[in-house]
Amino acid sequence: MEQFDLALIDWSRAQFALTAMYHWIFVPLTLGLSFIVAIMMTIYVKTGDELWKKITKFWMTLFGINFAIGVATGIILEFEFGTNWSNYSWFVGDIFGAPLAIEGIMAFFLESTFIAILFFGWGRVKPGFHLLSAWLVAIGSNLSALWILVANAWMQNPVGMQFNPDTARNEMLNFWDVLFSPTAINKFLHTISSGYVLSAVFVVGVSAWFLIKKRNVIFAKRSMVIGAVFGLLSSFYLILTGDESAREVFRTQPMKFAAMEGLYDGETNAPLVVIGLMKQLPDPQNPNLERFAFKLEIPNLLSYMAALNPNAFVPGIRDLVHGNEEHGLMSYYEKIEKGKIAIQALSDYKTALEAKDQATADVNLKLFKANYAYFGYGYYDDPHSLIPHVPLTFYSFHLMVGLGMHFLILFIVILVLIFRKKIEKVRWVLYVALWTIPLAYIASQAGWIVAELGRQPWVVQDLMPTLSAVSNIDKGAVMTTFWIFAITFTVLLIAEIKIMVSQIVSQSKNEGGH
Amino acid sequence: MTIFHRIFYFYRDGFRRMTVGKQLWLIIFIKLFIMFAILKLFFFPNFLQTNFSTDEERSDYVLEQLINKK
Repeated sequence: MEQFDLALIDWSRAQFALTAMYHWIFVPLTLGLSFIVAIMMTIYVKTGDELWKKITKFWMTLFGINFAIGVATGIILEFEFGTNWSNYSWFVGDIFGAPLAIEGIMAFFLESTFIAILFFGWGRVKPGFHLLSAWLVAIGSNLSALWILVANAWMQNPVGMQFNPDTARNEMLNFWDVLFSPTAINKFLHTISSGYVLSAVFVVGVSAWFLIKKRNVIFAKRSMVIGAVFGLLSSFYLILTGDESAREVFRTQPMKFAAMEGLYDGETNAPLVVIGLMKQLPDPQNPNLERFAFKLEIPNLLSYMAALNPNAFVPGIRDLVHGNEEHGLMSYYEKIEKGKIAIQALSDYKTALEAKDQATADVNLKLFKANYAYFGYGYYDDPHSLIPHVPLTFYSFHLMVGLGMHFLILFIVILVLIFRKKIEKVRWVLYVALWTIPLAYIASQAGWIVAELGRQPWVVQDLMPTLSAVSNIDKGAVMTTFWIFAITFTVLLIAEIKIMVSQIVSQSKNEGGH
Repeated sequence: MTIFHRIFYFYRDGFRRMTVGKQLWLIIFIKLFIMFAILKLFFFPNFLQTNFSTDEERSDYVLEQLINKK
């Protein structure tokens, strides 16, 4: 048996995480700001008010800067699939390829065509067509996100496919099952609504800076109203989609759900930890150790959140590892055995085919199919290797939720102050709004940490762990490209911030343009 | 003026009037050059495409990886 190079796996994971997280810095602002610009332009076209035109142009410029710096950063992830994750790319080929191909075609035609009309069309195309372009850019950006999120959702909950043991590839049986799986729908809606909230925080925060500086006050207040209303509505939607996403995780990825809540021992009427300070990682020698140094709980809420039933049983990490007969949970020990049977059956099937022994091949194929659902577990001996990093998942989840609540309250406070005509006088709120911009990015990244780190070690849930997905390539090359990416993306981020800040300062002195 | 002329002038004038856009296009071109001319070419060959010539060989290799990695 071949031994895995753990350092290669770790560097490959670190590289993918780095590029995905940098890519995600640019994406959410594009998703939401495109709609905010379309709303502002709609008001301009309906009212003919020149100030709304100026407002639209300013936010459109910031949208353009973010779009230009961020465009194509996602392509690097595709490079990595082919080089660093070749086993995975082959294994998922048809399933992953179809949504990505659609994304490429749709994104190219919708975004590249209509973005040009949006930016070059002032006074050169009819206002109605110009406005239509703004909405199509927004819809196109969000549809691009749909396809990549469908692909990601399939990795979290693989449906609509069948593994072909002759080609080692999963083949799509039903495209609509992949597209409309509850995981895909929830992931898409929750992710784009998080982008809307981030964009609203950005608009409110930048507008707050104008008010702090007492520059372009009417301009800033109008922008702030649009940002705060859009943010408030998006926040409510974000909570709804988050709630549904959590239930989906409970159904399809119970280990991730348990890690999100730091739940080691399952229980009925499970309480929700609102705030908690975890101790060290679990000690297998001392399973009854209290896991929290401090925690504030709401009784029954976790059970209700998971199954809409306050009396529902929520399995903990130990229930999943050791099994729970009372609640019909198969242990990881048993799943590992079944996974090993699947791997051995696949090997024997291949050997029998090479020996032209069809009868043995058929027996092994049947055995393989019966155990394929646990295939990935077969790579492990110790079930504790199948537990994600609990404290990091727990803290990322609670940070995301806590900051989400902060954004909601901020939007409400901002709107109340604006409608009471007190927004300029309560300066601490303006400073809070300004400093909430980086917090929105932290919350957004934390959400992805929960989604991706919380499902470790799986690349494809239950079927393929990271260790069997990685290519046998030189670790040194991965380390080199990690640092190249780190430097390149950091330079791009600095360029984005510098150009944006210069545009914001320029607009505050009434010199805006695009 | 034909539709093609109008589209050409639309883009030409749009690019000429850009202010921040020129700086952004420069960044985009540098970024694409680094990605495709350096990273893709020298650091990111497609592992299976480079090392195997047929899909059958690729299938066999991945199957062997799935079976023997432990």
